[in-house]
Amino acid sequence: MRDVAVVGFAQRQTRAFDGSPNCVELLVPILHELWEQTGWTKADIGFWCSGSSDYLAGRSFSFVTAIDALGAVPPISESHVEMDGAWALYEAWLKIQTGEADTALVYGFGKSSASTLRRTLALQLDPYTLTPLWPDTVSIAGLQARLGLERGAWDEKAMAEVVARSRSNAIGNEYAVRRGETSIDDVLAQEMFADPLRRWDCAPVTDGAAAVVIAATDRLPATCRRPAVIVGIAHSTDAADLGLRDLLRSPSAAAAASGAGGTEGVQVAELHAPFSHQELILRRELGLAPDIAINPSGGALAANPMFSAGLIRIGEAARRIWSDEADRTLGHATSGAALQQNLVCVMEASA
Amino acid sequence: MTSTAEAVLHQPLTLEFDYTRSLGPVLSQYLSGLAARQVIGGVLSDGRIAVPPPEYDPLTHAPVTRMQPVADEGSVVTWSWVAEPLPGQPLERPFAFALVLLDGADTPLLHAVDAGEPETMRTGMRVRARWAQERTGSVRDLACFEPAGTAPASGPAEEPPTSAGPSPASVTVGITPVRLAYDYAASPEESVFGRGLREGRILAQSCPVCHKVYVPPRGACPVDGVPTQAPFDVADTGIVTTFCIVNVPFLGQRIKPPYVSAYVLLDGADIAFLHLILGVEASKVRMGMRVRAVWKPEAERSYSMETISHFEPTGEPDADFESYRRHL
Repeated sequence: MRDVAVVGFAQRQTRAFDGSPNCVELLVPILHELWEQTGWTKADIGFWCSGSSDYLAGRSFSFVTAIDALGAVPPISESHVEMDGAWALYEAWLKIQTGEADTALVYGFGKSSASTLRRTLALQLDPYTLTPLWPDTVSIAGLQARLGLERGAWDEKAMAEVVARSRSNAIGNEYAVRRGETSIDDVLAQEMFADPLRRWDCAPVTDGAAAVVIAATDRLPATCRRPAVIVGIAHSTDAADLGLRDLLRSPSAAAAASGAGGTEGVQVAELHAPFSHQELILRRELGLAPDIAINPSGGALAANPMFSAGLIRIGEAARRIWSDEADRTLGHATSGAALQQNLVCVMEASA
Repeated sequence: MTSTAEAVLHQPLTLEFDYTRSLGPVLSQYLSGLAARQVIGGVLSDGRIAVPPPEYDPLTHAPVTRMQPVADEGSVVTWSWVAEPLPGQPLERPFAFALVLLDGADTPLLHAVDAGEPETMRTGMRVRARWAQERTGSVRDLACFEPAGTAPASGPAEEPPTSAGPSPASVTVGITPVRLAYDYAASPEESVFGRGLREGRILAQSCPVCHKVYVPPRGACPVDGVPTQAPFDVADTGIVTTFCIVNVPFLGQRIKPPYVSAYVLLDGADIAFLHLILGVEASKVRMGMRVRAVWKPEAERSYSMETISHFEPTGEPDADFESYRRHL
């Protein structure tokens, strides 16, 4: 295996972005920031890969128009996934493993506010038996949350603890759209939004984009003092039919963690949990020790831009290594209904 | 579209696309069953009965072939309250989405429960199917569930299904209607361009690095990946680079064929755009032909490209091929 490191990360997140659904206006400054971080130009990038969705954009081929932000002349080697940018990063990592590229720039973007996000996401469900009922993401998460509450897998206080910590941690994150010093009692005092969920239990609708640069360790940018080397990356998925799954568990998250070589020694974990109780499921499935710092950025409850929130978790986790705050960190991304599909990326200060 | 001084232009956009899908043997039996007011489960490799029946076994991945009818009533496993139903959901008044374990089934079914108030809902409560009056072989044939202790909301109970075994697979095709509503926003550059059209002007932007002129303008130069510069006016005259003659009628066609759809390269621009060439016989249109924009009357102008009705020949001599060869 080739050692590959995360060497650049930039992001923009906002509650409602007043601009085009392909987010070119956000991607241009993000890329500019990455050139400053790495000292590179687009000529140094061997492979480009993005994650986005036309359902979110409300137009066809939105990812093609987004390529304007890259400057694709002369032609570039480029690919796209209709998934979170974290999976685009996985494809780029594979591309570097094959030897076809040494470096890659991965980005994700999405304007969630253009439509009713929780309704649009019903299109990711089974088109024969579920989409015609338009089950929204919040309702499905509510089914999962109540199951855990009533079966004793977690309680309201544990969910509120996740919310309070996420909001409080997010104070230091300039891109968080929800933040503020918050206690467990503050959370429990909130009204129900979709019983058993309070609004703060659910990730805020967020627009945004993010990009990450990865490079083989024999092709690092000169500016990179302490690269975040990917020591394990894997993804897995569970059955699509909600009734066939034990919603208190996420076997695919456990399989992804195991495929990534396990989580031992991880000091910081950035988890993509769009609902508070899902962080509780993930902590168990990923086998995270109680003393691990979870979501110092505030996580998805502070900002959850569709198609980049998972990639942002990897970028945030890598950043803790660059800044000497940690030696081993984990970035996680999820996709699908109720933690159906999961990706785990473990990074280390040195290979 | 709505417009304020500097903000980008917005327009409501509704996308509708119905997916027509062939059902295959398993879903065909399931939906045929619902049309006959009967819920059918699939027997899994471990003996469990799953509703809806999956096409492939979740453990062995082998096709599911054995079907087994289950009851149309059961118990709530978990639920969440929908205080503000969204368009297309099973009920227009507040309801619960629930996982319902039907009697005789081993896996729960996701559906709506018409409970009226969240206080009525509880895990373990008994519910029964409320069937749609008109059934077409869709999951919506099972309209929703209702608390089992109440009088049926759909009038007197109908006769139970006549057949005890699985229904014949009469439904073979399913249609999933999709309707999505957006607040579609133009980019800042598209907004400037749209406002220009309304004033009868064509505004372009150029790249500060390669100096290419883009019409319509775009947020970034696709060659250099840098933001384009402040807008300026370009002429509403140009040339036809390449074109096609439309002879085929299609849904929504507004002009009687044959007519010409062409790439028009405006004088001073580096990128051609697609528009109509009218006011000339289709067979007379040529590459390099000089054309001029025909604007709609001021009262009919909008922020849209349709503000230019079409292009028509100016009568000037054709452009030399070498002058536009690089734009083909």
